[in-house]
Amino acid sequence: MLEEGKKRIWAEYQKAVPDNNYYFVRSCIRQTFFPGSEQAFIRIIRNELGKDIYETPYHTTCTGIGYHSDIIPFETTMTVVARQFALMTEAGYSNYIPSCITSFGLYTEVLETWHHFPEIEAHIRENLWKATKREFKIPDNLSHPSDIFYHFRKNIAEKAKYSLVDIESGQPLNVVEHIGCHYSKMFPGKGIGGAEYPCVLIGMIEAWGGNAIDYPERRHCCGFGFRQYIVQSNRGYSVSCSRKKFESMKPYQPDLILTNCPGCPMFLDRWQYVISEIEGKTYGKNNQGIPVFTYEELAGLILGYDPWELGLQLHQIDCEPLLKKMGIKYNPSEKYLGYNREYIGKPEITKNLFHCC
Amino acid sequence: MTQYFKTLQEDIRFREGLSACINCGTCTAICAAAEFYQYDPRQIVDIVQSRNELEIEELLKSDTIWYCGECMSCKTRCPRGNTPGLVIMALRTLSQDSGLFIESEKGRQQLAIKRTIGEWILKTGYCVSPELINPEMHPEQGPVWKWEIDNIRTLMKKMGANYQGDGPGALRKIPEEALSELKSIFDITGATQRFEKIENDSSKKAEEMGLKLTDGLDNPYMQYIYKHNSQNHHNNQ
Repeated sequence: MLEEGKKRIWAEYQKAVPDNNYYFVRSCIRQTFFPGSEQAFIRIIRNELGKDIYETPYHTTCTGIGYHSDIIPFETTMTVVARQFALMTEAGYSNYIPSCITSFGLYTEVLETWHHFPEIEAHIRENLWKATKREFKIPDNLSHPSDIFYHFRKNIAEKAKYSLVDIESGQPLNVVEHIGCHYSKMFPGKGIGGAEYPCVLIGMIEAWGGNAIDYPERRHCCGFGFRQYIVQSNRGYSVSCSRKKFESMKPYQPDLILTNCPGCPMFLDRWQYVISEIEGKTYGKNNQGIPVFTYEELAGLILGYDPWELGLQLHQIDCEPLLKKMGIKYNPSEKYLGYNREYIGKPEITKNLFHCC
Repeated sequence: MTQYFKTLQEDIRFREGLSACINCGTCTAICAAAEFYQYDPRQIVDIVQSRNELEIEELLKSDTIWYCGECMSCKTRCPRGNTPGLVIMALRTLSQDSGLFIESEKGRQQLAIKRTIGEWILKTGYCVSPELINPEMHPEQGPVWKWEIDNIRTLMKKMGANYQGDGPGALRKIPEEALSELKSIFDITGATQRFEKIENDSSKKAEEMGLKLTDGLDNPYMQYIYKHNSQNHHNNQ
């Protein structure tokens, strides 16, 4: 194919990402399991990249998990989304940045619905006015925080203290990624690279020195499945999906898994623990699991942030072997200290998974 | 006979999700649920587009429509641009509106979701926050999560969160005014009504099954629907 043709096709998989002035909206799951990631995102945007980012305490859940477990009607969800947009409008922003893939998919679905059915948008505006006396403007841009990091991946690399390289061998680390269903599959044109060429995480991996691996089940769901995880008796579905991914990636001996969603890193981390308990099976070397990172954690790590402030000790899979492989300077004795540097004890040791200390 | 197909057509997701399926089965091939459960989205779409009211009613009473994980992988791959996942969402809405959800093991679980995620939204403004993921209900979360919950305040502070505090930040206390607006939205857009419907229909079913249902999570009906698995749903049987 001619170079021109390639460029034309690739252009269809790009999206506009704003350079500055971000209205940030938190994720229920990310702040619950990875609060250090949201903190790192804001710190990197403000301190490393020198950009403006704003959040208001008055925003709420988008109701996405409730909507996708079918207890919340679409009309309710659309009106809650309208309220979120009203808060953005009142704050004087127009670049909406939700820290969650479920939210990203949901906002896209709502915006597409309103675009194609203006009468529904008009009805939701009436609902919002009736319920809250608020009005809103449609955002100029909807981007996920990973889109922003992809956009600035080279700027982040320029400031990095470490790279995704094995310091002993000098070889790039093998990195697998998990793109997130509601980022890439619902409206492929709204995510960088879509579902066919998902490159938002690959772009970061390569810019930060790693070797990205295209494993067969790269696009398979992590298994959240909403009701399939929320209800205890359905969780076999969830762990089975993750297991399929681990089996698929294992032959490539990945050093780490990089994720896009808030929920996926938690599932891919916890289900490795569950599989090790049920089957005695682990997917890394020497009974180690494969460490799972959010893109904010990975960016924070290469920028030299303290792993314990990023929250890496909250992962079930021990990250320390990887920190050592990358030559990251950190203090192992601070892993189990609280905010005031008080010792808070250690988690119980698991049966089959490797523990560094 | 209730006009199920006509009601489905009133749901925008149904109209957007289905136009003349050619029954190729691509959705089933890509479906994460079809690999795990006795589940075939191609067949569901075929039944629905046949407009056979009796067969649609059987679907609404069945476990089948509750097997989907709403990952929407089907959306990307359908050669006709259909989305069986959206059809499922419309069927689940109708199953609840018609009260037929209580006729299946998986459908009855809607009460557990309403009493966890649903009530949490109105109480805290979040779908999920750490207190909802208690280690007893979530043993799969493992020992590190238990350690985190035992030390939640100091660890959250260390990560820079504003745990249950005023002002912005991760896990902040969402102001009462915001919660009150959320409740008002729920009241006028149908969520409150759906919650009441799930409660009332579940209450009747609990009585029929001879299981006590009281408020909260610690009662025999709730525990049953949350934990019971008849083990006849899976593909490897």
